[in-house]
Amino acid sequence: MWRDALLVCGKDLRIELRAKIGLNQVAPFAATVLLLFGLALGPNRQALQPAAAALFWIAVLLSVVLAVQRSFAVESADSARDGLRLSGLDPAGIFLGKGAAIVTQLLVLEALLTVGVALLFGAQLSDGLVLLAACVTASIGLGAVGVTYGVLSSGVRVKETLLPLLLLPVAAPVLLGATKAWDEALAGTPGQAGVWLSLLAVFAVLYVAVGTVAFGPLLEGA
Amino acid sequence: MRADRALRVLGAFALVGMVATVWLGLFVTPNAVGYADGTVRLLYIHPPLAWVMFIAYGMATISSLLYLWPRTRHARFDRLAGASAEVGVVFTGLTLVSGSIWGRTTWGVYWAWDPLLTTTALLFVLYLGYLALRNVPGDPDTVARRSAIAGLVAFLDVPIVFFAVSWWRSLHQGPTIDLATRHSYVHGSMAWTLLLGFVSFTLTYVWLMVHRYRLAVLRERESDEGLENALADRWAEAVR
Repeated sequence: MWRDALLVCGKDLRIELRAKIGLNQVAPFAATVLLLFGLALGPNRQALQPAAAALFWIAVLLSVVLAVQRSFAVESADSARDGLRLSGLDPAGIFLGKGAAIVTQLLVLEALLTVGVALLFGAQLSDGLVLLAACVTASIGLGAVGVTYGVLSSGVRVKETLLPLLLLPVAAPVLLGATKAWDEALAGTPGQAGVWLSLLAVFAVLYVAVGTVAFGPLLEGA
Repeated sequence: MRADRALRVLGAFALVGMVATVWLGLFVTPNAVGYADGTVRLLYIHPPLAWVMFIAYGMATISSLLYLWPRTRHARFDRLAGASAEVGVVFTGLTLVSGSIWGRTTWGVYWAWDPLLTTTALLFVLYLGYLALRNVPGDPDTVARRSAIAGLVAFLDVPIVFFAVSWWRSLHQGPTIDLATRHSYVHGSMAWTLLLGFVSFTLTYVWLMVHRYRLAVLRERESDEGLENALADRWAEAVR
């Protein structure tokens, strides 16, 4: 299973490195969202600084939809999904591999966005460890639900509109936990972020487990 | 045909119960002290609506599990999950509306970011997504399987959302409006009216769900027999 996961993850990341969709489209999209938030809230730093964590995570959440769509668009071209099904790879391995590829991309995107909120909104990036822990746990949770709903909607014709409707409400606890953890860290009280980090961890563990079990039947039907 | 008659009797009971609840709630029960004029009467419909919402989603989740379990896999559990979730969404909408009206008159605002309210609102969108997924056409087995899994994934989110929002509120705000306190005012004719409300709303739920289930059966039959009938029609025209 782990070997299969590594293979699939490597394949997805190699495709991303070559096609550079994430770099050329998803990252600029996320940057645009940050800029638009800045425009909508006005130039006042006093208003932007407290909102930095919230805006960061909204931008991440919107980008997850694109990353997941991209991850399954790769499989739908040239009936690659049939190839994946016939490859004999363990479905759980495919799930973990695709998830890991999305998590890796999300972490790179979050690093870029962190620079963005520091520059645009004047967020004070103290307590980097808490910020990083929130990014990692939140990305794993988002990757897990993302891949589960990605394969679920990949076989249907209306996936572009269906995926955000399914994914975003389920990701609400991640938005809440990650935003609060970041809020505490940015406000200089990282000690209070523990409860939010554990919430993110519970979400991640739960949905990785569900996705690992459910991916096989979903891939069969897609 | 006995099933038809039983369903009609059930519908009649639900209707009578509903009318009686409205009559008792509006004209017989006293107005409670400490509430804006008449708003206490929302008590007789709001908790029953929320109750039906819970049993509807519970039923949908159990049916989804039964469908996914290989030994009990049967199309009837898929239909049951769909029918129950659909009725559940309607009752969630009604719960939110009646709660908002209550909130406006009692708290002065239509919406408060209370854990129960926020969780209910998220439930509403979660299951709207579930219904949207159900409505996407496809091979019946595939649709049933992916709907069942999506239903479970959505349901698992509910406790996480509730705890998350509870912490979110408790860590940063004073105590929120305790939705449970108003029950302490309930006694006498009010308690009986509330109980009747619970019973008649539950009957209404069962009635609606059974109808929705039968509609699903008819739809399936239509799609099975529709093509054959259309072909037969064409043949008949050609022969003539």
